[in-house]
Amino acid sequence: MAEPFLSIQHVRKSFGATTVVEDFNLDVAPGEFVSFLGPSGCGKTTVLRMVAGFEEPSAGKIVVGGKDITRLKPNQRNVGMVFQAYALFPNLTVAQNIAFGLKVGGMPKTDADRRVAEMLDMIKLPQMADRYPYQLSGGQQQRIALARAIAPKPKLLLLDEPLSALDAKVRVSLRDEIRSIQKKLGITTIFVTHDQEEALSISDRIAVMYGGRAEQVGTPFEIYNRPATKFVANFVGTLNVLEGKVTDAASGKVQVNSQEVSLKGKLNGSKSGDTLSLALRPEAISLGRQPGHDASLSGEIAEVHFLGSVIRVRVGIGGNTVSLDTFNNSATPPPAVGDKTDISFSSGDMLVLH
Amino acid sequence: MKSGRFWAWFVFLLGAAYFFIPLIATIEFSLRMRRGVYSFDAYKVVLGDSQFQATFMFSVIVAVFTILLGVLIVVPTAYWIRLRLPQIRPIVEFITLLPLVIPAIVIVFGYIRMYGSNSPLPFLGSNLGANALLVIGYAALALPYMYRAVDTGLRTIDVRTLTEAAQILGAGWGTIITRVILPNVLIAVLSGAFLTFAIVIGEFTMASLLNRPAFGPYLQNLVANRAYEPAALSIIAFIITWGCMSLIQILSRFAPKSANRPN
Repeated sequence: MAEPFLSIQHVRKSFGATTVVEDFNLDVAPGEFVSFLGPSGCGKTTVLRMVAGFEEPSAGKIVVGGKDITRLKPNQRNVGMVFQAYALFPNLTVAQNIAFGLKVGGMPKTDADRRVAEMLDMIKLPQMADRYPYQLSGGQQQRIALARAIAPKPKLLLLDEPLSALDAKVRVSLRDEIRSIQKKLGITTIFVTHDQEEALSISDRIAVMYGGRAEQVGTPFEIYNRPATKFVANFVGTLNVLEGKVTDAASGKVQVNSQEVSLKGKLNGSKSGDTLSLALRPEAISLGRQPGHDASLSGEIAEVHFLGSVIRVRVGIGGNTVSLDTFNNSATPPPAVGDKTDISFSSGDMLVLH
Repeated sequence: MKSGRFWAWFVFLLGAAYFFIPLIATIEFSLRMRRGVYSFDAYKVVLGDSQFQATFMFSVIVAVFTILLGVLIVVPTAYWIRLRLPQIRPIVEFITLLPLVIPAIVIVFGYIRMYGSNSPLPFLGSNLGANALLVIGYAALALPYMYRAVDTGLRTIDVRTLTEAAQILGAGWGTIITRVILPNVLIAVLSGAFLTFAIVIGEFTMASLLNRPAFGPYLQNLVANRAYEPAALSIIAFIITWGCMSLIQILSRFAPKSANRPN
C-alpha cells in the first residue's frame, strides 16, 4: 500500500475494567472506502468514535495525513461524520444545516451559499433548501446529513451505520449513491455496518471485527472466499460447516462421516487424528457428480424448497446437513426428499476453519 | 351512561364554579368604586398611581435579570448533566427543589446575615448590591421551575448526537449551546421564564425584608389600606399571568419539530 492516509496504530479502549477495543491496527490508503463489519458490541463504533475524537484511546495512536490526531478535539480534526439517527439540527432548514460547518469555519456567506447549492445538486435535492428536517423522509434526511458532512471538504468521512434506520429499498439506492459520491470526491471513508451485504457491495476493503479486534482485513472477495478465522467464515455469507477427522495428515486425507475427502495442501499444522471444522459455501457445491469437481460426499435429500428461479436443497450427510442452491430447470423436476444423492465440489473450495 | 354523563357535567360545573365565582365576584367588586354604577375608576386609580408604575417597572426589570441569570445558570448545567454527568442528576434535582422546602424568609435572613454591610461581601451596603442580591434570591426561588422546564425540553431532543454533529462540524461549546441547544429548547426556556416572571412579580417576602421598592410590597400595602383598588390590581395581575400563559402557547407553535428520530 502507498503511504496510508489514515493509520490506526495499536489502539485500545477500556471503559473501567471492560476492554472494548484491543490492539486495533489498520492503515487506510487515500481515497479508500473501508468498512468495519461486525456484530453489535464488537467495538466497530468505538473505533470510529475514536477516529472522530468522541472517545479518547486508552493506548495507541491515530494518524491522519501524517499528523497525530489522537489527542485533538473533534472540532479540530476536519473530519466529516454521518450518524445513524441523521442528527440534523431541527431548528435549521436544509440549507442552514448544510451551511452550518461552513459558517463555523468562517466561510463568507456568498461562498457558503454557492457551496450549499453545489451540495444540494450533488445529492439531487436542490428544491429542498428551505424545508425543515421534519418535512423530509428518512432517506432525504440522511442525504442532507451526508451533504452537511461533506460540505466543509473534510479530510476523512466517517459513516456510522447511516443506512440502518432506512427501509430496504431506500437503503440500497442510498448505499449506491454514497459510493458514487465517495468515488467522485475521492474522499477517504470509513463505514461502520453490521450488514454484510452492505459491506461486501460498497467497500474497497473490509475489517471484520469481533471482540474488540480486527479478525481479518481484506477485500470483499478475500473476506468472502478466504475467511481467515471461523468467526469471519460464519459471519460473512452462508456457510456449511462439516466436522471432519484427519486420517492422513501427510497426504491431506480427511474423513467426513466415514467418507474420505482429499484436502492436499490445506492441512497446515494438523496431525493425523485431529478433528477439524470444514466449511463450504453453498454455491461451491453441486448436486450429483460434476466435471471439474474433485471431491464428493454421499447423502440423502433432507429438505427441498422451491424458490422460483432457485431450488434450495438440504442434504443430510451423517450428522451434518449441507445446504446448496441449484437453478430451476423446467425440464428437470426438483429432487424428492429421501432420495439418495451425491454432492460434489472442488477440494480447493473447502475451507479449513481454525 | 346517562347518569355518568350527568355526574361528569356536575363535577365540571362544580370545578368551574369554584374557580370562576371568586373571579367574577372580584371583577364585579373592582367595578363598584363609583357609587350606584359600574365603572373602571379603581383601575384608573391603580394604573395612574405613580407608585404602581414605579414598583411594577422595578419588578419587571428584576424579573428580566432573574430570567437571564436563571437561563445562564440552568441551561448549561442541565445540558452538561444530560450530556456528561447523568449520574448526578438526582442530586442536582434535589438541590433545585430546596427553594420549595426552605421558606423564602429563611433564605432572606441568611442573605442579610451573610451579605450585611459589615460582611466581607457587603451586597446590602448599596442599592445596586441589594438589587443584585434580590435577583440572585429570585433566581434561587425560581430554580425548581426553570430547571424542570429546561430539563424537560432537553429530554425531547437527542442532546448527545446533536452535540457530536455540531462538534464534528467544527463548533465549540459556545456555538453548540447558543446555536444548537438553546434554539431547540427555547420553548422550554420560555416556559421557565414566564413562570419566573410570575413568581417575581408577586413576590413579597424577599423584596420587603431587603427593603426593595418592588410590586409585592406595594400590593400588600394597597390591600391593607384600600378597598376597591386591590380587587382591580388582582384582576390586572390575573390578566398579566394569563397573558404570559397564552404567550407560551403561541410561541410553542414555532417550536422546532424533532427530526432526530428516524421514520
